[in-house]
Amino acid sequence: MKVLMLGWEFPPHISGGLGTACFGLTQGLAHHGVEVTFVVPKKWGDEDQRFVRLLGADTVPVRRWVSVERTESGPRVAMREPGDACEPEEVVRSPLPRGPALAGGTVEKRSRTDTLETTLRLLEVESTLRPYLGETGYLQYLTEVTGLSSGELVRRFEAAPEEARRAVQELQAALFEPGVASASVDTSRIEAVLAREEKLSFSGFYGPDLMAEVARYALVVGEVARHEPFDVVHAHDWMTYPAGIVAARISGKPLVVHMHACEYDRSGEHVNERVRALEQLGLGAADRVICVSHYTANTLRTRYQVDPDRLRVVHNAVTHKDQVEGWHWEKHMPEPIVLFLGRVTFQKGPDYFLEAAARVVKVEPRVKFVMSGSGDMLPKMIERSARLGLARHIHFTGFLKGDDVERMYAMADIYVMPSVSEPFGISPLEAMALDVPVILSRQSGVSEILRNALKVDFWDVQDMANKILALIRYPSLARQLTEEGRDELSTFRWDVRGKLVREVYEEVVA
Amino acid sequence: MTSLVFYFQVHQPFRLRRYTFFDIGVHDGYFDDTENARIVRRVAEKCYLPMTDVLLKLVERHQGKFKCAFSVSGTALEQMEIWSPESLANFQRLAATGCVEFLCETSHHSLAFLADREEFEAQVKAQKARVKALFGKEPTAFRNTELVVDNRVARWAEDLGFKAILGEGADHLLGWRSAHRVYRPETCERIKILLRSYKLSDDIAFRFSNRAWSEWPLTTERFASWVHALPPEDQFVGLFMDFETFGEHQWKDTGIFDFMAHLPEAILRHPRFSFATPSEIAARFDPISRLDIPHPVSWADAERDLTAWLGNHMQRAAHEALYSLAPAVRKAAAAGRTDLYEKWKKLTTSDHVYYQCTKWFSDGDVHKYFSPYSSPHDAFIAFMNVLDDLARRVARVQQETPVEIPTP
Repeated sequence: MKVLMLGWEFPPHISGGLGTACFGLTQGLAHHGVEVTFVVPKKWGDEDQRFVRLLGADTVPVRRWVSVERTESGPRVAMREPGDACEPEEVVRSPLPRGPALAGGTVEKRSRTDTLETTLRLLEVESTLRPYLGETGYLQYLTEVTGLSSGELVRRFEAAPEEARRAVQELQAALFEPGVASASVDTSRIEAVLAREEKLSFSGFYGPDLMAEVARYALVVGEVARHEPFDVVHAHDWMTYPAGIVAARISGKPLVVHMHACEYDRSGEHVNERVRALEQLGLGAADRVICVSHYTANTLRTRYQVDPDRLRVVHNAVTHKDQVEGWHWEKHMPEPIVLFLGRVTFQKGPDYFLEAAARVVKVEPRVKFVMSGSGDMLPKMIERSARLGLARHIHFTGFLKGDDVERMYAMADIYVMPSVSEPFGISPLEAMALDVPVILSRQSGVSEILRNALKVDFWDVQDMANKILALIRYPSLARQLTEEGRDELSTFRWDVRGKLVREVYEEVVA
Repeated sequence: MTSLVFYFQVHQPFRLRRYTFFDIGVHDGYFDDTENARIVRRVAEKCYLPMTDVLLKLVERHQGKFKCAFSVSGTALEQMEIWSPESLANFQRLAATGCVEFLCETSHHSLAFLADREEFEAQVKAQKARVKALFGKEPTAFRNTELVVDNRVARWAEDLGFKAILGEGADHLLGWRSAHRVYRPETCERIKILLRSYKLSDDIAFRFSNRAWSEWPLTTERFASWVHALPPEDQFVGLFMDFETFGEHQWKDTGIFDFMAHLPEAILRHPRFSFATPSEIAARFDPISRLDIPHPVSWADAERDLTAWLGNHMQRAAHEALYSLAPAVRKAAAAGRTDLYEKWKKLTTSDHVYYQCTKWFSDGDVHKYFSPYSSPHDAFIAFMNVLDDLARRVARVQQETPVEIPTP
């Protein structure tokens, strides 16, 4: 079984749950003999250019064919040239996570994966897409990352080869044509765009806006699909859905789309209609839809009218990290620390965290609250905390990177995930991995499967405060949650999930 | 002559409301009267009333040949007095027939025997008096909460004047020996122990309506044939079960009421078999040997131990915090605040720690049906908050510095 997976990010640089889940899933699939060609959008920087080769004589910006192979001594990574898929040119020591992560988490498992040959190949497609972008966020990111003004970016787009630019614009128009926002999808206009014969070059320019880049990315992936052998296409979240549709149409293979978060999760009732339309398009075109929770499956049934027969639920799992022990001594403050860590956006419920904090400090003034992360609601949250009289009790750390994330978790006595709508929510599991007791919103997918956590309705700030205080006041509760939580975490395994996803593939691959 | 000894347990806890940290110091309405009333009335309608009717008719029809026993916790009696007096009246009618024995237990269905002998004895004496007042006869047989027995509890029961104590016929306790004989606990001189015949008991209490069970549907004839096949040396068969088996655990439409209504005639068809009460058995037989019970044995789960009540950190912390308050609460009672003592006693009901059990996390949700909380952690939080408030009130009575609840 070979899958063309349209995913997000790859270690060592992962910015959020989406990338973590995609990577974990590829590992889980490897356990069950599924070969993954993992395609990611990536803004190329000034890295080592030695292994860079462009696919299709310069016209399609794809590089770095990486394969992870199993050997007696563990996994190794081979860099390969496109079109040279059989013999590795050069074998390098893995820059990817070593040991259990790729070998499967346990020693027993390793013996099974040892028999697998090549299981994973990574294709980086030059693109300015990245997870969690909105339309304005994209423009900001685009100017930042290219160092060009928006005027210059538009000029470059217009200076791109005529045919390529027209293809992007036509696909973009086809994606949003009236009528796509229904459960049954007419993709004839998309087919028409793909029907052209001539080779196009998509190098040297980006979509001047998010939707144009989504279309451009889809066309590049379409070129990849022409060259790659695979049995099924698997696309993760809306930005890759058009690419998934294009790859499926070009290859004639079935399409599986994965829903990690939908527009209603991110934006509540005030949805971006164009994002919603692309979600509807992908959900309608897919042979199967994998949801990260029953909570999400329910949203897709009610909000997008997805036929329940095509919905499958596969919960996320945990990638077990090495060497977490070292962080336990990091805490220097005697006061209990209650942590919010995530994007400071509507979806994550930071305002409910503050309301609960205000209630807690009235009875336990020594408690410190920390809000880590950035997002469009951050300025408002800082103002709100001052109004609630929390100034002395709360710290805003801003966006945390790399080790700082784990250090922050390790410093916390309680982790709160007050999300308004969380399709899954991997962060409580990360906190638990560092022995931090968690309180989480019932409006989350993870609460369906996690038992060793305190659960609240996100709007019930009184109950949230009650539970924060209980954890502080009754230490045996925290001990109970962390000790049994450790055992529970070890059951959320990607190899188990990989089997379920493979079964979904088998349903659609004739 | 082999006798069937039916004993039914009737119990209702005073369930707590979701008492939060912000209720502490504000009010002492710990108990959820609405929910308690609703549950007691529902159980009365589905179980207490119809099943006591069945038993009353059986006693009448068999003219002294059908007998059984009850233990009704003090907290259940109190709730019936308030919310279902007609149920209580039916139990009194059963007592008046002379064919139904009422056993003694701790008034508040507590685990006091583990932590506080003084409280244990106080609760046993209170229950003894209440049973005598309501049912007209001083109880002579004792059953401890959840049928927990060890050498020590048996000895205490003997010291309190009981002639018999009931226990679980656990395999690890008996080894090759039969549960169908009378034994004497290792540390005792007079009291006799009657053990539960768990297989036959659970055929009725748990498996009756299980369609996956090879013996389903269980008929009175089939059950009677199993009983009739027992060896003549067997003195009695202890069929001990929760009274809610009838109508609550096994719903009416499973045929459980009809089964019980016709079981005695099927049993009595064979002249070697009869029905008896626990005290009658204790009076009739001498113990065949001693029985050593070094560790507490209960009738719960496959383990037959205390892990459903004290198996995790939360449960042990709650239990310790509760009993560490005992001396202060008794002092408050002596100073006139018996209301605080009574509230504390209602917290000793074992159900409160049972709701905090996490051992079923891995294998299904047996406990969920019995718990008013959405999680064991929520049960712990409510309980500890209530205890915190009670500790403050007790401390205020004594005009002392606030009592710190130790939180191990």
